[in-house]
Order: sequence, then C-alpha cells, then structure tokens
Amino acid sequence: MTRTASPTAGLPVSDADPFSHEVLEDPLPLHEQLREAGPVTWLSRYDVHALARYEEVHAALVDWQQFQSAAGVGLSNFRTEEPWRPPSLLLEADPPRHDAPRRVLTAVLGPRALRQLRERWAADAEELVDQVLAEGTEFDAVPALSQAFPLRVFPDAVGLGPDGRENLLPYGDHAFNAFGPPNDLVARGAPRVAELSAWVGEQCRRESLAEGGFGAAIWAAADRGDLTPQQAPLVVRSLLTAGVDTTVHGISAVLYAFATNPAQWARLRADPGLARVAFDEAIRWESPVQTFFRTTTTAVRIGETVVPEGHKVLMFLAAANRDPRRWTAPDAFDLGRDPSGHVGFGMGLHQCVGQHVARLEAESVLTALARRVARIELAGPTRRHHNNTLRAWDSLPMSVELA
Amino acid sequence: MLGVQQRRAGGTGVDRAVVRVEEKTPVADGVVTLTLAAPDGGRLPDWTPGAHVDLTLDNGLTRQYSLCGDRWDARSYRVGVLLEPAGRGGSAYVHEQLEPGHVVGLGGPRNNFPLVPADSYLFVAGGIGITPILPMVVQAELLGADWRLLYGGRQRSSMAFLDELAAHGGRVQVRPQEEHGLLDLPGFLGEPRAGTRVYGCGPAPLLGAIERACAGWPPHTLHTERFVAAERGAPVRTTPFEVELHRSGRTVVVAPGTSVLDAIAGAGVEVLSSCRQGTCGTCETTVLAGQPDHRDALLDDEERAAADCMYPCVSRSCSDRLVLDL
Ligand code: HEM
Ligand code: FES
Repeated sequence: MTRTASPTAGLPVSDADPFSHEVLEDPLPLHEQLREAGPVTWLSRYDVHALARYEEVHAALVDWQQFQSAAGVGLSNFRTEEPWRPPSLLLEADPPRHDAPRRVLTAVLGPRALRQLRERWAADAEELVDQVLAEGTEFDAVPALSQAFPLRVFPDAVGLGPDGRENLLPYGDHAFNAFGPPNDLVARGAPRVAELSAWVGEQCRRESLAEGGFGAAIWAAADRGDLTPQQAPLVVRSLLTAGVDTTVHGISAVLYAFATNPAQWARLRADPGLARVAFDEAIRWESPVQTFFRTTTTAVRIGETVVPEGHKVLMFLAAANRDPRRWTAPDAFDLGRDPSGHVGFGMGLHQCVGQHVARLEAESVLTALARRVARIELAGPTRRHHNNTLRAWDSLPMSVELA
Repeated sequence: MLGVQQRRAGGTGVDRAVVRVEEKTPVADGVVTLTLAAPDGGRLPDWTPGAHVDLTLDNGLTRQYSLCGDRWDARSYRVGVLLEPAGRGGSAYVHEQLEPGHVVGLGGPRNNFPLVPADSYLFVAGGIGITPILPMVVQAELLGADWRLLYGGRQRSSMAFLDELAAHGGRVQVRPQEEHGLLDLPGFLGEPRAGTRVYGCGPAPLLGAIERACAGWPPHTLHTERFVAAERGAPVRTTPFEVELHRSGRTVVVAPGTSVLDAIAGAGVEVLSSCRQGTCGTCETTVLAGQPDHRDALLDDEERAAADCMYPCVSRSCSDRLVLDL
C-alpha cells in the first residue's frame, strides 16, 4: 500500500487484486489493509474506489440515489459495456424500475409467506441429518449438508421440475464470478454459459413451474398485472441465480464456524433458540457474499475524497462486517453478540429479498443437527472454493460425536 | 472505539418513529403542505409513489397522508393536508396548531396503492386525492409511459399543485367543477383497451363513478384509493406500556422514545433485527395478547387487524400490555 500517485491527493492507493487467487484464498489481510488505509482507497489495477469500513459501506448501500445499481453491481459498467446476460430486474435495477419486481418478491418470499414451509423444512432437515449420520460420523459437510439441504428444499419450493437441477450450482457460480473482472474464473465458466443459461431460461417459463411454488406465485402476480408477462421470467431467474449458491455457502460458513468454535456449539445445544442468531453471526463473520459494486450518479464526497460521477465503487461487505470501529472483537464467532445490522445481506433498497428463505433453511439444518450431535470438529484438511464474489468451501471434512 | 451497545440503539440514539415538521406552506384554499424530516436530519425510510405515512399528532389522533414529495430527496417527506371542518379533528389540528419544529409520530411508509408497470396510465384525481397521484405522474414520465391526468376540484383556487402540474402541459386536464361541471369520465377514459391502467383517488362518489366508468375494461385495470383512510381502532398511546416476554418470564416497561426492540434487549432478550425501519421483516415477533400499534411497512390492513405479529423495531402498543412470544 502506498500513498502516492493517486487521482486525488492524499487518497490511499492499493495495487492489490481482490480477485486474485491469493486474496480469494484468504481475503482478511487485504480487508484489514483497506479498512485501515482510510474511509476510501483507490484500487489502481481496476480504477475503482474501494470502501471497507462499516460506516462508509453502510452509507453507500442505503444511498441508492447516489450509488446506483442499474449500471451493474459488478466491475463491468453497463453504461459502456454489454452485460453477459439481460440485467436482473432487481439486483441490477434502480427505482422506478426496481419497484414492481421488488414489491412482488417481498411478498412471495416474506416471513409470512414462509410460515407454511417451516414444518416441512424442519422435517426435511431431520430426515437429511438422520440419513447422513446413519452412514457414519465422518463426512464432508459441503456435499453432505451444505449442498444437499438447499438442493433438496429450494428447487421444490420454487416449483422446478426434477430434471437438470445439477445445473443450478454451476450457473450461480458463474453469475457470481461474472461480477468480478474477466479473469480465469470467468473463463473457466464461459464454455457452459450458453447451455446453462438456456436451461435456466427454460425453467423460468410459466409451464415449467409447479403450482404452489414461488415461481407460480410470481406468474400469478403477472396475471394480476403487478408485473408484466415479460418481467415474470426474469424475476423467477433472480431466484435461480441468487438463491442456491448463497445458501450453500452460508450453511458451510455456519458449520465451519461451529466446527472451529466448540464452545459455541455447546451454547447452541443448550439453547436451540439461538439458531437464527447463530446463522446471522456466521453471515457477519464469514460474509458468503463478499463484495458488490455500485456506480456513482453524481460526484460523491467520501471522507476527503470526491469520487467523480459514473465511477465504480467496490463495497467490501466482508470487511465492514469485521470492522473493529463497529464490532467488538470482530474476528470472534460469538453467539453472545447481537449481529443485527451486519451487511452480509446488504442493506437498504436492495437488501437481500431472500434473507428469510436463507434463515429458515439454516435454522432447519442447525436445529436438526443440534438435536443429534453433541460435538463437531474438523477431521482433515479443508479446501476453499474460489469465486470472484462468494466466500466458499469445496470441502469441509468433519467428524461428529452423537448426542 | 464505538461501543456495540451504543450502536444497538439504532446507531444514533434517536427514536426513528418520529419526524419533525420543517415547513408548513399554504398551497391552495384549505390545503397546506408539511415538509417533514428526521430529527437528526438523516435519511428517512424509502418509499414508492402511492405510499402513505401514518402521522400521530400530539392530540393522540393518527392520520394517514399520501407522500407527495420527491423520493430522490432521501431526507424529507412532503404531505398535503386538506382542512375538513366536518372531520374528527386531525386536519384542524394540522391547520391550526401544528407548527414547524413540532415533532409527530411516524408510521410506515406503506403502499396500498402501488403503480404497477404498464404502457399507459390514465390518472383521475379529485380534490386532495391529487397527493398520491402527483409522484405517480412524475414516475410515469420517467418511465416514458404514455399518461394523462384528469384533475377535478370544487373551484380552481382550492386545487393544490396546479403550478407543478403545469410543467406537464397538455397531459394534464384541470377541471374545476365551478367552471366545467362534473368530470367527463367516459370522455376521458375512452374505449376499453388492454395495456392501460387507470388510477383514481378522491372522494367516494368520484371513486364510485370511476368504477362504473371502468366496468367494461379488462380485469385489473382500475386501481383506486380513498383519500379518507380508515381510522385506527384503538388510540395511540403517548404513555409507557408493559411488554411481557412470555417464554423468558420477564416484563419490561417501554417508555415513550424507546423502541420495543431496545427495551427487550435491555431485559437481556435478543431479537435479531436488521433495517430497524420496519421494512426488512427480520425482527418479526409473535404477539400472544394485546393490541400492537403497527408502524411497519410490511403488514397490510388485514394482517394488522389480526394482531398476531409485530415488528418491534418500530411498532409499539395501543394497549397497556403486550404479551410477546419471546
Ligand atoms: C446466505 C444466503 C444469502 C446471502 C449472504 C445473500 C446476500 C445478498 C446480498 C448482499 C444482496 C444485496 C445485493 C446488493 O445490495 O446489490 C442480496 C440481494 C438479493 N438476494 Fe440474496 N443472499 C442470500 C440468499 C438469497 C436467497 C435464498 C435468495 C432467493 C430466494 C436471494 C435472492 C436475492 C435477490 C433477488 C436479491 C436482489 C434484491 C434487490 O436488488 O432488490 N438471496 N443478497
Ligand atoms: S429490523 Fe427490519 S423490520 Fe424490524
């Protein structure tokens, strides 16, 4: 980190690459550097301004007026570059176009709408946990639980057919890579983009979606005129893009947190009502969605720096979630803390509309696991999964002691 | 280092469920607009055209007013208030007693009258019913939709916002009854067609007339809102109330100016929260007994009446005691 040759005098500059494999393997040192450098840093490699402190990240997230999403929430600027797919009507839209799709999804995925899934998902989680434990007390938690549970309940909840569900994870993985620069991770996904996109597009049609699911509810909103028939499939697509990988990595995050913090697991077992707090604490601690970009709609002052209009700003949600200015002992995974206000689900107008789905999935898994398992620990070398946006695991070997 | 405890109280220590009157401006005969801001000057909760807020006035009355300002201005709300001599005192209080500097309780914003996507819109406003329509026409213009507005009122001098509407030229037809008689709805609406949405707001007889005029149109064409919103059953309290936490067997007293969420946390019971504005739904809590004073942006009128859940980051109590499943 140097303090010279920046667009604004006094603006800290970093030539770090947040999307390099080295940083993706362990982003914490870079997050700390950026947080301590100042309220805003210029990343010379990509010509973007970076925010890593809680206060500035939070302020940018809620300020949709000055930090827009419609120019893309990745590095690519849609004002000048062609998006790799038609932009999302939620994530990559500003008011007023954002209003109607958001209103519809808020109702379809709201806590009241999810009440009818609670019991079914609890039973599904118990069944899955029983199956896993019946095969032994050592397993790789990523495929066995983190992937298995969301893939078991979420596609059904959306109303997808039985075929092709294995496409969901690679499609989402590519979409989240595509928010970064066109690096090797994006290149690796490129060969399958056309095929995966075609499959996803097919699933978004009214005819593909079973009655009673989130997808059918979105189409029903189109029938009522709350969306246009052209919007409906793209709103369904948002669920298929944003709703699978995120929860997989979220569940991995909380399982890893417990495996490495046995006292916290004991606490959860003593008070299973802590499952919701535990998941949000893990989202704060690990931040499965690490970063998103915005684009300035006007010259914006941040600290001493004026970011010119039309510039990309990179928000490090993960760094904000461990900012010692906001959190006491931020690196500790602690069920005794109130994680409320973390920005792991974003904040403001674009705040994750699927957060209640994610919480219900995680709560179901943790509750089922806490009932049967007295101790969890790592049972071998773990392996990260690199993605330009997501903090993820490929492999988490664990061994458990039954209760 | 900033303590987490301090941050927990909403970051600023300010009660988010109040706004301060910044300006009070006469804009037509019997109509004033109020400009409202957060006491700390911070951002107010986001809103969409058609939304209203609940304002709880010093005299204990709660009234609903459509937001008619600019949503790109995150720090102020504007509402228009018609003096209704026959009303129950809310409008008289605003006109006669409320002054800049006064603080009023805030609920919402909520939107029961959202602008749905369409190629073209026909707006019909009667009198003070213009308030929700005003941001809608701005939005329709931004979206590049084809739109027209028919605006009726008793006489020209009682019709608010004519200056702002003049900017839209021929899209707006201003039709004071004194000069033009009753609104010519069939003439304005024309032949029924698909792809058009009709938005109406005004007094009940006008809404009835719009409904009749739209009878032959495709389903879901017509969207209306009565500007005299239903009045809330129980009066809002300005005095402390008790919250019993059923599962943990504790009871806390919630003083005015403290959120239920903070009061509960003070008793050592954690409720996960996030937005602290009644918009995200994270803090949803089951209500076992008592009548919540709902101030969130999430529950519709039916859900509010059910009184079986609340969002304690902003919502309070109408009854002396609330029992929560915590
Ligand atoms: C642990 C799991 C999850 C995490 C960490 C997460 C994170 C996020 C974040 C940070 C945003 C804000 C984006 C921004 O501000 O630009 C977001 C938005 C969004 N999320 Fe999630 N998410 C998760 C699960 C889900 C699920 C399960 C769904 C679908 C059911 C979903 C659907 C969406 C959608 C549609 C948006 C865009 C909302 C808008 O722009 O209005 N997410 N998510
Ligand atoms: S914290 Fe968001 S609704 Fe209460």
